[in-house]
Amino acid sequence: MSVIALSAGIEGIGLLGPGLPDWPTTAAVLAGTNPYRPARTLLRAPAALPSAERRRAGRVIQLALAIGAEAVAHAGRDARVLPSVFASSGGDGDTCHEICVALAGAQRALSPTRFHNSVHNAAAGYWSIAYGCPEASVTLCAFDGSFAAGLLEAVSQVALSGGPVLLIAYDADYPPPLRTQRNIPDAFGVSLLLAPPNGPGAIATLVVSICQQPATRLDRPELEALRASIPAARSLPLLEPLAMARAGTVVLDYLDHARLAVEITR
Amino acid sequence: MTSHALAPLWLRHFTATSCLGRGLEATLEALEAGRSGLKPCAFETVALDTQIGEVAGVDEVQLPARLRAYDCRNNRLAQLALDQDGFCAAVRASATRWGPGRLGVLLGTSTSGILETEIAYRARDPRSGELPAGFAYAQRQNSFSVSDYVRRALELQGPAVSLCTACASSAKAFAAAQRMIAAGLIDAAVVGGVDTLCLTTLYGFHSLQLMARTPCRPFDRHRDGLSIGEAAAFALLERVSGSKDDDAVLLLGTGESSDAYHMSSPHPEGAGARLAMRRALEAAGAAPADIDYINLHGTGTPSNDNAESLAVTALFGTGTPCSSTKAATGHTLGAAGALEAVICALALRHGLAPAGLNRNEPDPQLAVNYLTANQRAPLRAVLSNSFGFGGVNCALLFGRAT
Repeated sequence: MSVIALSAGIEGIGLLGPGLPDWPTTAAVLAGTNPYRPARTLLRAPAALPSAERRRAGRVIQLALAIGAEAVAHAGRDARVLPSVFASSGGDGDTCHEICVALAGAQRALSPTRFHNSVHNAAAGYWSIAYGCPEASVTLCAFDGSFAAGLLEAVSQVALSGGPVLLIAYDADYPPPLRTQRNIPDAFGVSLLLAPPNGPGAIATLVVSICQQPATRLDRPELEALRASIPAARSLPLLEPLAMARAGTVVLDYLDHARLAVEITR
Repeated sequence: MTSHALAPLWLRHFTATSCLGRGLEATLEALEAGRSGLKPCAFETVALDTQIGEVAGVDEVQLPARLRAYDCRNNRLAQLALDQDGFCAAVRASATRWGPGRLGVLLGTSTSGILETEIAYRARDPRSGELPAGFAYAQRQNSFSVSDYVRRALELQGPAVSLCTACASSAKAFAAAQRMIAAGLIDAAVVGGVDTLCLTTLYGFHSLQLMARTPCRPFDRHRDGLSIGEAAAFALLERVSGSKDDDAVLLLGTGESSDAYHMSSPHPEGAGARLAMRRALEAAGAAPADIDYINLHGTGTPSNDNAESLAVTALFGTGTPCSSTKAATGHTLGAAGALEAVICALALRHGLAPAGLNRNEPDPQLAVNYLTANQRAPLRAVLSNSFGFGGVNCALLFGRAT
């Protein structure tokens, strides 16, 4: 059986996580230049949204839009023409909780906004509205392997279309009691602007294939804890060599029987 | 991504279970008879004056013992549908042909097993607020649950993923599988959609005042909302090989777009819907005149049917026969794209363009050629529309091999 490898260039990165306010700060931490100082992930209302939508945007939407905007700006691309792949394990945990609380009550009165925000592709919907982007957008989920599933879909799109694709992978914590069942400690998201390899704007090239090797772990315990605790942070082994401007091959978590090998070249 | 000509895929096997019945024979028989499966809502503890398309017997389905952790209504319906029409045997044969690592599982769902969570929230510990023992988030609530269940039930080893774009989820599963096969990652895929009744969607659409009290009436002048249903539908997509059956159905093209307009209302002129349909035609190398039937999204809400009618007539004019089968099945949300793909496959195989039920009075605003009686004629190519919250649009184009 031949191993199919798909390649793409990375033109831009966006990142937001606990104590990690953007990609440059994160890159300095991953490169070992700065220490990692965990702190609650700082989210803010997305400026790109019209005011009505901005008021309705919960934490995962704020997270997804912030990292997407950073990656697009980093790449110097136009968000209006970018197809997108959104990957999230749990979608909007706050909304899920509020709806379940309301449905457990006597009145069962749901807020219409809560309801439309409960769809897994809510962040993608807000993104397309924020930038007036009519391009195709897919939102997917593979539990803890959601980042890898999103990367696989995004590099496939790049290979088939010969054009750029924006990947936005994000997860945020559930409130109690769901938190006991799904212990994601905080919000973390990463966005990659992917394009055909060897383009003028590429900062690195990825070659992605399905493999059976175990996932790469991070040497520093505090970063490995982050990787292991938030599905979107399963991307960190890929981001570390990018931050260090190094070549190498890493393995990303996907499914129990299949993972992703990613070869990084400059 | 604009449309790209990807290689057509063979719907090597397919099946559907909805309120019309279990499997293809029951589904076809209901379509031929013009029978609806909608009934007054008596689901769970729901106290809403509405009609639903409930699948009978889901509660009695037993999952294999090794997969008992995945036990929830959504995975029970998935198993019930997998057990029809020899679908599991067809997948096993495909896995033997290509290797189990070369088969992907790509399924659409919007609510997965959230019903279990809704019920668990009623049984929270009054003091601690904790959920009752036995709650299994990963295997039931998480959106990946159904794809994880199906790939384990079918013992497949390839990539697996859930597509979660609301009511376009399972249409997108076909598009994503076509890409995965074209990229060379897999040779075949189990695609489809599974969505089951739950309180979130019933009370949610009620909160948006989008739910009809009487059985939904897509494209009728007095339509006043949708009726919610549940379904599981699967197709085994394979690369086209030399030994196709004469009545083989092919996925010829897919088209996707975003409205970029509103979270829960369609673009009033159907701009995104039109773009998705145009892209599906381009991807298939087809002209509007090549399409003999369109299975509309046709939810029965005033705004959807208006926008979709404008989109269809802008691209196809007013001649192409169209209908929505949602008055028969209910709107099965994340499963609708796959269910209606199977209906399109049946339409092609049997030369049946199915009528849209409950269209009692034409709406002068809706200019499409809406079928109110079944039309019997060979069909060359058909289109299926699926649109969802967040402004997602997906059109699938199917045709006969010969």
